[in-house]
Amino acid sequence: MLGRTANGLYWMFRYIERAENGARLIDAGLRMSLTRSEATEDDWDGVLQSAGVRELYDEVHDTLTSSDAIDFLLRDHANPSSVMSCIDAGRHNARMVRTALTRETWEATNECWIEMKAMLAKKVRPADMPEIIDAIKRRAGLIRGAFHGTMLRNEIFNFSRIGTFIERADNTARILDVKYYVLLPAVSAVGSSMDNVQWESILRSVSAHRAYGWVYDAELKPANIADFLISNGRMPRSLAYCYEKIVSNLGYLAREYGERHAAHETAEETLASLRNRSIKDIMDQGLHEYLEEFISHNNRLGQEISDGYRFYH
Amino acid sequence: MVKNKGTTLLAFDEMMNADSSPRQPYSTYHQWYASQDRNRLIAKSKEAENIFRKTGITFAVYGHADSSEKLIPFDLIPRIISGREWRRLAQGIEQRVIALNAFLDDIYHKQEIIRAGRIPRELIEKNDAFLPQMIGFRPPGGVYTHIVGTDIVRTGEDQFYVLEDNARTPSGVSYMLENRETMMQMFPELFHQNRVRPVENYPYLLRQSLSSLAPPGCAGKPRVAVLTPGIYNSAFYEHAFLADMMGVELVEGSDLRVIDGKVKMRTTRGYEAIDVLYRRVDDDFLDPLTFRQDSALGIPGIMDVYRAGNITIANAPGTGISDDKAIYSYMPEIVEFYTGRKPLLENVPTWRCSEPQSLKYVLEHLEELVVKEVHGSGGYGMLVGPTANKKERAVFAEKLKERPGNYIAQPTLSLSTVPILVNKGIAPRHVDLRPYVLVSDKVQIIPGGLTRVALKEGSLVVNSSQGGGTKDTWVLED
Repeated sequence: MLGRTANGLYWMFRYIERAENGARLIDAGLRMSLTRSEATEDDWDGVLQSAGVRELYDEVHDTLTSSDAIDFLLRDHANPSSVMSCIDAGRHNARMVRTALTRETWEATNECWIEMKAMLAKKVRPADMPEIIDAIKRRAGLIRGAFHGTMLRNEIFNFSRIGTFIERADNTARILDVKYYVLLPAVSAVGSSMDNVQWESILRSVSAHRAYGWVYDAELKPANIADFLISNGRMPRSLAYCYEKIVSNLGYLAREYGERHAAHETAEETLASLRNRSIKDIMDQGLHEYLEEFISHNNRLGQEISDGYRFYH
Repeated sequence: MVKNKGTTLLAFDEMMNADSSPRQPYSTYHQWYASQDRNRLIAKSKEAENIFRKTGITFAVYGHADSSEKLIPFDLIPRIISGREWRRLAQGIEQRVIALNAFLDDIYHKQEIIRAGRIPRELIEKNDAFLPQMIGFRPPGGVYTHIVGTDIVRTGEDQFYVLEDNARTPSGVSYMLENRETMMQMFPELFHQNRVRPVENYPYLLRQSLSSLAPPGCAGKPRVAVLTPGIYNSAFYEHAFLADMMGVELVEGSDLRVIDGKVKMRTTRGYEAIDVLYRRVDDDFLDPLTFRQDSALGIPGIMDVYRAGNITIANAPGTGISDDKAIYSYMPEIVEFYTGRKPLLENVPTWRCSEPQSLKYVLEHLEELVVKEVHGSGGYGMLVGPTANKKERAVFAEKLKERPGNYIAQPTLSLSTVPILVNKGIAPRHVDLRPYVLVSDKVQIIPGGLTRVALKEGSLVVNSSQGGGTKDTWVLED
């Protein structure tokens, strides 16, 4: 396969993953502002931070309002991580690599773009938000379904999956990092309704608020939430799950090509540490430091994959 | 003078006779059409548009940043050609394509046609499309134009003219294939009732044809790739489609590099050699070391590999000299010179504005003529005299006087019409035809091709960039 094609697949799936996560973040933000009457602007501050676009927002807007924040996250082209920007970029990459995709996967991607371009042509009225969020998640689901149902499990599949999980791990780690302070043991607010809302918003932004209840008991506890999103290998958006997938897909490539790269070492080391370190240990040593290091390792892994498989040169 | 709407009324209609009976090739289709509910057809027409949109069969219009992807309108009434009509056309096209290749071989070697005084020397040597780098070099198999798209227009039952020989990188073949696919999906019954010759094997024939012309040094199965200028090119969809259908890589200049005297592509496992490159970039952009230095699309050094016989480039660089509009007017002489026979297919009579006598005539008859830029394409920079207004003609006359050598003029042909589906039923519209020809050790002509149709009433401009649409084109077995 061409290095450029591998690159296109990797980024196509990163962008689609990012678009879907963006929709989920907005959903969690909306939910929070519904649950509480005051301090909604602060909530959007957190959402913008989770999306990694807080500073960019200030370059475009003078004040922080929920309406501007939602528009910025949803459809502003000045924001390269807005849902619409990601769908544009994902579809652009898909078009470039369409010879590598099944007709179903390409069409699901193209139809996602056609529908979202129409839906997001104008600023969205608050009353229409639930419908828009649903549509984004549904379209992303259709792409995923077409991809899983029709693609041959070969190198094309592997590069696509690696893109998905590098992006997902990054997104989950960022959400946790931005909110790490609400997970820290603090005497005063523990167990207050304020904390519950914040904790739930973390779970909601990774679509895990119901699953949490199945795995742990119904009570929201900071250590359990961190454990769920970092170490639980059965939780499809946890860091451990993402790295299991990355390691196994890199493993297929190594076997098929008969060649290992620096990326293999990095991914395996990260997975081992995710498996071996207890959540107590992580929190004792500092959740923020841990996540910061994770995000930077995750970026390095992306770079090593791009070098090893000749994405650019 | 022929007036706007009059051109359609006076034109030869390929479906209906003057007495409102269908012409013979359309008789079965017409019967089917008469039994159809119009609302169903209009619904089908929308369905076709949706199929095209969701498949992403789009093209880019240059200069429209906003609407960077457009659909080419598809009309679902087929254009039908009888087996007898097709045989005649095919013979004429084959003769012409053989002459084109012989002409190219001659022009880059002994130049006998110039020495024989049949073509002026400066017409070749001062032409930008003539590549001195090709002098004395013979591509594998002696084939210069592997893929040709001959534009043909019709004015009567037996009057066919060649309008252009597209011998560089003719486009549109993906529309031929998608149009057929769409018709078969929507109206399978039509293909039971009519014996339509297949076009679906084009990608297979193309790959076979390209592989058969691999360089002599190529060991084993030749590795073929399609070279595209990239995703922003107007024909990117077609490039991706053809690579996909042939099962070969779609590459860009940045994927390729000359290593150890071979052109190699960068893969996830390292560099791998390419034997045959079906390039969809212009000569100018092929090799920045040889041609345009500012080209980011090309592969530095590919011309050296080519001349050393280590890669086949299709079509060969420098083939543009054979389909240049200035050369076009000499095609009857060219065909006769190399095949020893009169051309089976006629040229459209052409005035070369570089000749003072012709220029005078053209300026005096602007309102009857179509004036084209010698190097233009896509219907840009041309004047359709009968439909232009006085002011447009006056402006064009000035351009013509300034650079007469830049223009040729032709009579406004009353192009044949085929009906299209409109809200009130059907209405005739002007069409042309681009059959696709593959050249290897044999000449293969795909039965049918791309019918382009001017959707605007009375319009003669069929280019997709200017409001043209397409139709499925049937050649019947008979």
